[in-house]
Amino acid sequence: MPGLSPKKVGYSDTLEIYLARLEELLKAKDYKISKRSLELLILQEDKEILELVKEKEDVNFNLIENLIKETKANYAQPVSYIISLRRQQEASLIASRVMSFGKSPAVSIQERISRIMMNPFTGGPILLFVLYYGLYKFVGTFGAGFLVDFIENKVFGNYINPWAIKAVAKILPIPFLQDLLVGEYGIITLGVRYAFAIILPVVATFFFAFAIVEDTGYLPRLAMLVDQLFKKLGLSGRAVIPLVLGFGCDTMATMVTRTLPTKRERIIATLLLALAIPCSAQMGVILALLEGRPLALVAWLGVIIFVFLIVGYLAAKIMPGELPTFYMEIPPLRLPQFSNILRKTASRLSWYFKEIFPLFIFASFLIWLGQISGIFNVLVKILQHPMRWLGLPDKAAVAFLFGFFRRDYGAAGLYDLKKAGLLSGNQLAVSCITLTLFLPCIAQLMMNVKERGLRIGIAMSIFILFFSFSIGYLVNFVLTILNISL
Amino acid sequence: MLSEHAEEILEALAIQIEEQGKKPLDLGAIRDDPAIEELLKLGYIRKDADHIHLLEKGKAQAQGCLRRHRLAERLMVDVLDVKKQIINEVSCKFEHLLHEGLEDNVCAILGHPRVCPHGKPIPPGRCCQQKEKTKFLKFVSRLSELEAKDKGTITYLHSKDNTQLQKLMSIGILPGMPINLLQKFPSYVLQLGQSQFAVDKELASCIYVRLVRGS
Repeated sequence: MPGLSPKKVGYSDTLEIYLARLEELLKAKDYKISKRSLELLILQEDKEILELVKEKEDVNFNLIENLIKETKANYAQPVSYIISLRRQQEASLIASRVMSFGKSPAVSIQERISRIMMNPFTGGPILLFVLYYGLYKFVGTFGAGFLVDFIENKVFGNYINPWAIKAVAKILPIPFLQDLLVGEYGIITLGVRYAFAIILPVVATFFFAFAIVEDTGYLPRLAMLVDQLFKKLGLSGRAVIPLVLGFGCDTMATMVTRTLPTKRERIIATLLLALAIPCSAQMGVILALLEGRPLALVAWLGVIIFVFLIVGYLAAKIMPGELPTFYMEIPPLRLPQFSNILRKTASRLSWYFKEIFPLFIFASFLIWLGQISGIFNVLVKILQHPMRWLGLPDKAAVAFLFGFFRRDYGAAGLYDLKKAGLLSGNQLAVSCITLTLFLPCIAQLMMNVKERGLRIGIAMSIFILFFSFSIGYLVNFVLTILNISL
Repeated sequence: MLSEHAEEILEALAIQIEEQGKKPLDLGAIRDDPAIEELLKLGYIRKDADHIHLLEKGKAQAQGCLRRHRLAERLMVDVLDVKKQIINEVSCKFEHLLHEGLEDNVCAILGHPRVCPHGKPIPPGRCCQQKEKTKFLKFVSRLSELEAKDKGTITYLHSKDNTQLQKLMSIGILPGMPINLLQKFPSYVLQLGQSQFAVDKELASCIYVRLVRGS
């Protein structure tokens, strides 16, 4: 504000002396912040500031370091603590001059709901309620069921695909290029269709539901409920946000693991996302696959939850590094604003299309390339062996191979097999388990490499490849030996 | 029982060892003090021309003296609200009264503090290792040991790990603030002014709270 000069917070005499001595040592003029802030940050050993100062004050930097040491020797507590205390004192003083608090009224209705959400006994049922209506009913039934059916069959099946096939046939009279665009796995007929008809409705409904949940302030309450459990997996409650987001899109969730404070947490969260969290597109198809097979659904759910817990637990045991700590503000519960939710959903969707859509097209291109070069046939032949180990028909190999390009392609491929009546209950459970655990889609693989680096990204993928098939094999083995049919 | 002066000497020896490594204490002005004779007889110290040295046998005694002094300081600051300038003076007299179990009770009242108000470590006593709950009223306690619905004021933060302090400070958890523990399972939820925070047990045990009762 013009006309008001900022008030200077005075510190103890001791600290002021060191600040004055530090001022003499700082010679460079072109710092972008005031000298005093700079000095205070130096004494608190702010990493970025120290690096900057080292760069600009090369001659004096040793003296500055010595001065920091000397200052610290005066206090048993960290200097940052001393400075914070003083600021807190000043802030309270200012606040006490202009603020007064009335007697707080009885616990408000929001506060009551908030406590119910945070109570471990009532919090569980509330979580199930949110999952059932938000995820299963809204995303699953409405998004993956009704909307997908409408866009895929009506819009693409009746209008876009026939029109595109005709148009391409006219403009491009070369058959193998026609295949690239509008063939069985063509960019338009498969890539674009999948992106708009299957992924868009599912992801859009998920992001919409997620934005509602996010804006009410439910997530920090959920984080606080699961923190102790997550600690066993090497994560803190904070990780619940990327993990829940993973049920929408694992690729985006992997990017969101950036918000986790330590490298160890980021690696564990990335691994769990890649392995045991099925994305909304995949889950839509898997739920459709297991429809009418409640036992297979239970087996699938049980194994996936088991893998999630055991892999997290082992990863936490093996991984070195700082143990996670959990601290989070619990904001008041709010009724979400519709315009905010729309804006959030729209911005996430636009990110999704910018980042993921090109990968879809690329995946279609790779499938096309694999087909015409014959590489796919070879790979399908190779994959048939592990299929047999899992007790699956040879044809499932195609679904698994495509599953690498998009996890949901793979599941959709299995759906065709189910419709043809080629899969038993056991086979459905085993293939759904293996496919859920199987390598992340190519977009997520690229994101893993981008976020975690080449070495960890690749190592993780190799682990997942072997692990998913081993679990599939094991489940099939146990079901066979115990003579169970799901 | 040791004389007050003998206790002071042992305390000085303990500080000497804690802060400067193993250096002997200069005899100087206390050369002819009868307390020296007392300690020599007990076999707690050894004397040469200009210095006295703490012997193995006197170590536990010396640690105890230091512990009582720092507990007394903590008591002055956290419970009796004595002005910082005169803490040392009052504590020096008070510490000699903290004997025979009284020491452990004071320690429990204060929530088994790890550091004195100046941030120097307090040697732990037997009571600090025992897990059982104190039967009498506590005045200061770690947040992690409070019951849900307890209210108080943050007296200080303490952690060996600097980053834990940073985290607490970053969300505005600082001494002097009124605090209200809403629930402690599965995480600690605290009301701090107009805001609520959730923290885990490790962070909660860094926060020392002076309890306010019956309001």
